[in-house]
Order: sequence, then C-alpha cells, then structure tokens
Amino acid sequence: MSNFFSKKASSSSKSASETRPPREVPWVEKYRPKSLDDISSQDHAVQVLKRTILSSNLPHMLFYGPPGTGKTSTILALANQLFGPDLARTRVLELNASDERGISIVREKIKNFARSTVSNPTAAQRAAFPCPPYKLIILDEADSMTQDAQSALRRTMETYSRITRFCLICNYVTRIIDPLASRCSKFRFKPLDTGDAIVRIKDICEKENVVYEEGVVEAILRAADGDLRKAITLLQSASKLHGSSSSSSAPLDADADADADSMDIDSPSTTVTVRSIEEIAGRVPSSIITSLITTASPTSSSSFSEHFSALQTAVENVILDGWSAAQLLVQIHDELVFSDEYDGTAKNSIVAAISETDKRLLDGSDEHLTILDLLVKVSGILRKSS
Amino acid sequence: MSLWVDKHRPKSLDALSYHPELSTRLSSLAASGDFPHLLVYGPSGAGKKTRIVATLKELYGPGVNKIKIDSRVFVTPSNRKLEFNVVSSIYHMEITPSDMGNNDRIIIQELLKEVAQTQQVDLSAKQRFKVVVINEADSLTRDAQAALRRTMEKYSPNLRLILLANSTSNIIAPIRSRTLLVRVAAPSYDDISSILFAVAKKERVALPPALAERIALESGRNLRRALLTLESLYAQNDSLAPDTQIPTPDWEVVVTSIADDLIKDHSAPALLKIRAKFYDLLAHCIPADLVLKTLVFKLLAKVDAELKPEVVYWAAFYEHRIHMGSKVIFHLEAFAAKFMRIYEIYLQAMMDN
Repeated sequence: MSNFFSKKASSSSKSASETRPPREVPWVEKYRPKSLDDISSQDHAVQVLKRTILSSNLPHMLFYGPPGTGKTSTILALANQLFGPDLARTRVLELNASDERGISIVREKIKNFARSTVSNPTAAQRAAFPCPPYKLIILDEADSMTQDAQSALRRTMETYSRITRFCLICNYVTRIIDPLASRCSKFRFKPLDTGDAIVRIKDICEKENVVYEEGVVEAILRAADGDLRKAITLLQSASKLHGSSSSSSAPLDADADADADSMDIDSPSTTVTVRSIEEIAGRVPSSIITSLITTASPTSSSSFSEHFSALQTAVENVILDGWSAAQLLVQIHDELVFSDEYDGTAKNSIVAAISETDKRLLDGSDEHLTILDLLVKVSGILRKSS
Repeated sequence: MSLWVDKHRPKSLDALSYHPELSTRLSSLAASGDFPHLLVYGPSGAGKKTRIVATLKELYGPGVNKIKIDSRVFVTPSNRKLEFNVVSSIYHMEITPSDMGNNDRIIIQELLKEVAQTQQVDLSAKQRFKVVVINEADSLTRDAQAALRRTMEKYSPNLRLILLANSTSNIIAPIRSRTLLVRVAAPSYDDISSILFAVAKKERVALPPALAERIALESGRNLRRALLTLESLYAQNDSLAPDTQIPTPDWEVVVTSIADDLIKDHSAPALLKIRAKFYDLLAHCIPADLVLKTLVFKLLAKVDAELKPEVVYWAAFYEHRIHMGSKVIFHLEAFAAKFMRIYEIYLQAMMDN
C-alpha cells in the first residue's frame, strides 16, 4: 500500500500534487494508464502509436469511440512517453469542452501555440524521451466544437504541420466536419473486451484491497456496458459504501496524516455484493421489468378496461419510484427482444415503438406519458400477435 | 414564520424518516472522506434537496447552513453581460444554471473553474474539497454538460459536484459514467400520512386519520405538496374534520372543465371556447406539458377502455410536439381537435353497431 502511494506521487505528472501529501483521488484518475503498454483492448491504435514513438513521426490524429474506452488516456500516455512530464508542459496544449473554444480561441490561442517555435529539450530529457521536434495540440471532446471553429482549424492544421500535430478526440465522428476528418488518420476505439476489462478491474480490486463476492466483477461490467471508466467509478463507489460502514468516521485533518487516514479508509472489511452494484448502477431490478411486461401482456382473465387501468397504475408507480425512463427503456428492450415468446413481426413492431419512444425521451418529452404510451403500444402489439 | 414544509424539514441524515437504506448509504459516503460526484434523481417532492442538504451538513458540520446570496456578473463571448445568483456557504455553492437558458455553458465554465482552482482556505474544514450543487441538471444544455465532463475529472481534488435532476434521461452518458447515481423514490402513501401526523403533532393540530390519508392520496406521492395542502387546510378551516374538503388548485379546475367540454361537445365553436381556456392557463404560466398531461389523465378516467390506447397515443404524440415546436398552443389545440375527432368516430361506430 505505502509503496503504491509513493509510486503515485513520483509519477503524477502535471498537477501540483507533488508538493502536497497525496489526497484521495478518484480511482479513475489514479489508475489512468501511464504508458501505452498499460492500455487495454485497443491493440490496433496502440500498435500504430508505438511505431510512431520509434520513428518519432506522428500524423494528425482523430480518436473516436464510445465513452470510457481510453481515448483521452491514450493520448495523455502518448504525450507523456514522447516528451516526458517536464517537457510536456511546453509542448502540449490540451483544450477540452470546459474551455472556451469558439472561433476566436481557434484563431488566437490555438494558432499562437501552433506557430510558436518548438522548445529545446535539455540533455537529460533528450536521453530519457524521444522528444520529437513538434508540439502536440489535444482537442478533447472535439465533437462539441462549433462548425465554424472546426473550419477555422483547417488551414491552421496544414500551415503549421511542420512543427505541430493535432489530436482530435470525440465520441461521434460524424460531428467532425469532413475537411478536418480527412486531414487526420483515424483511430476507432472499440468498447473494451470483457476479458481485458475483467483483468483491469481485478487488478484494481487487488491494489485497493477490495473484498468482493463471486460475480461482482461480471455484474460491474454488465452494468458498465464496455465503459471502463463507469466500471471503475462503480467499483469505487461500491467499495466505499461497504468499506466505510466499519471504519471509524473520524474527520480528516488537513495536515499530513491524511495520507494515513486515507489508507485506513481504503481498506474495507465487508464484501461488495452484486446487489449493491446493481443498485449503484441505477439498473432497474429485473423483477420490476418483468412485472411491467406481464401487466402489459394480454390476459384472458381480466377485461380490457381492468387490464388498462392495471397498466396505468403500474406505470405510475414505476415513474414515482424514480426509475429513469431511459434505463427502463433499455431494459424493456432487452427483455422483449431477446425473449423467445414473441415472433418476428411482433418484435419488429415493438422495436419500432421503442425507437420512437427513445427519440421522444431524448427530446425531453414527459417520461410518464411516454412510457405509458410505449407500454400501451406494446400491449396492443402483443394482443394482435397472440 | 416559515412554511411548515421548511420549518419541519429534517436537518440531518438521522432525522430523515423514509428510505433508511439511502440515508445510511449517504452517511457512509460522507464519512468515507472520499466523496464521489453524485447524481441525485427522483420525482419532485421526494426529498432530493433535503437529503443533499443533510449530507452536506454531515460532510462539513453546521457551517453549511450559514448561506449568503451573491449576484455575479458574467460576460459572454459576444460581450453581453449576464447576472446570475449564487447561493453559497464557505464550504459549498449552489447554482441553478438552467436559469440562464442557452448561456448556461458560460456559467459552468467560469464559475466551476474558479471554484475548482481555489483551494479550501479554512484549514479546520473537515473536507478539503468544495461541493457545488447544480439544481435542475436535466435542463442543462448539451454544451454545458459537455463542459462539465473534463472539469469533473481534472479538478476533482478541489471540487465535488452534486447534480440534482428529475430524471437521468436527459443527462449525457459521459456524465452519468462519472457520477454515482442516487435514486430518491417518492415516499409511499403511508410514509406521507405518517409524516403528516408527525408535523400535525408538532404544530398541535388535531388531524383525523381519514383526512391524512386523503391528503396523501391527493398529493400523488409528492410530500411537499401534501404538507402545503395540510397547512392551507389548517389555515382555511377552524378545525380539521375527516370530511374537510381538499381544495383543488384553480388551474386543475380549468383543466377539468376542458375535459368535460371535450367529452360533451364536438364542434368548431366548442373548440374555440376550449382554446380560450388553454390561453387562460398559459397566460397564468401553467406549463403546457403539465396542462396536457393532466388533461389526458382526466380524459382517460372518462372515456371507454377501447378508446384509451388511442388517446394515450395521441397525447404522447402531441406532448412530443410541444417540446419540439415553437408555439405550444398549436399542439394543445391540435390534441383537443384530435380527441374530438377520435371520440366522434368512436361514437359513430357504436351507433352503427
């Protein structure tokens, strides 16, 4: 444990935390891969990037893929390996959606950084890192940049390509305008392999002394849907819920022994259960989903009007219990579409209804009415097919 | 003299009466020293805010209750000045960025960074981070939510966020994956009546059990509404009897009359009258989606079962349009006209049979 902390303190790069005792950082940050070798699952991208370290020639890059697949981690690790922590400060400019990135910033800040001369590495830095003669501009969450700002980048990227490389990171490659996309070599980050993710999670569990029952890791990954960040956040929350109930709730002092305190708290004594994972992940318990679907399925015993009012009450209760409509929708979809009870035609119509509902929810429609509408439609479809 | 709702609001996590498991979870999180970002969601009147305030107290002690209101001025890139109210204590800050409509991104960027870049000054503070509570997070624009993403990670040593929302549907996935989801379900009817009794006892009001149950039912599992109803009943009547009339809000009376009109008369002049009523409601700032939703459930209670699926279908359809369109009255009226039509067709078919 203690050597872990010291290791962390020595390797933490940009933040000023070296001067202060380490404080509790989210595990997502703590276990962010430090080098390209640590990155799981993205073999293709990692291979290509490793070769660029050797040849110290980098194309402009466009990373895209779903959240939590390691896009930001990869580029940060790459920057770290190319320049080392000290040189990175002058060679890397990282802008994300939390920074103002309107057209004026592209014209001024980015352009100024792009055209400034490359700083000279010291001999020590040259020995430790490749230190290629260009700067790196990382535009994280580039899909939230406006079209205008993106078009203002076009010529900048070409003019200064001798001394500057761009890396755009986004979730939706379609939101990047074509002229920019065609200037970059694209890397698709795919959702994490279950195998790799399991190794990762288990590794963290070991390092943080998390005690867990059988099936917890699988439950976490099921809830996370290939999003490793979500998985790690879940794991940390769960371990905190279980750990701190037994540890003393002594207030943390702001002086140096916070280090020791945090270690006490990091060692939980109760086991993490599958149930608590599902609870934290916000998944609707499957019993609720099944009962909703049973209520929606036509029954011969009750009259139609009884059937409808039962459905109405069921939906009302689910909504008032605070379950998220989007999550309900996902789970209703899984339940119905993967079930063997219904034939293809019925499933077709159900999926059509679900897609319509999803769109409406996304547009901000009222959840109660929308979910009721969906279930009434589903009920109608099921009645027709049976 | 404060309202009963505020007067009897539980101040600490131990005093919260329902959802005990949730309270223990929150208190163990607060005690763990490493508090995650939270996304608290649930229907209104379920006690989200109360729980958060209690959690903050657990985190920092009574200092969080000393709050002040600042008015801050922000300048947009187009040089427009925006005034924005911030409620803060020395430990936390509470903002409602959706007040600013489309400019909420600037608030998020400027304000959060400012908070995040300053450290906790008070060395005796229990926690080294500050908490920013964001109200109505589900009405944040996409841009503002995107702006939150990296901020949440980058400044996490100094800053923890608590997002309050009615539903997670409108929160983008990257934010959801960075936060711990906390669901606050609405209290059950029994919970509500027992709380009503407790409040009545503290206020020395005799509350008949039958009335408490009726208030609970009327409130639609909304505790705030139930308490307000109780107080207004108490203010209006000398003594509370089991059969005391619970007044319905004015706007609901109007909606009920619209529903009656829709059932009775299916003609163009009737539609015109209904239109006037819709305008009346909108002029009193009743949100259009609430009007439509209430209207639908009133209609559903009145029409035959065979017609209900169709009514729900069109209601959902026009409710969606209300959110997509620019002028809500069109869609309310369209729903009224549509309802008249399907009801008329249904009656015709019944006659022919």
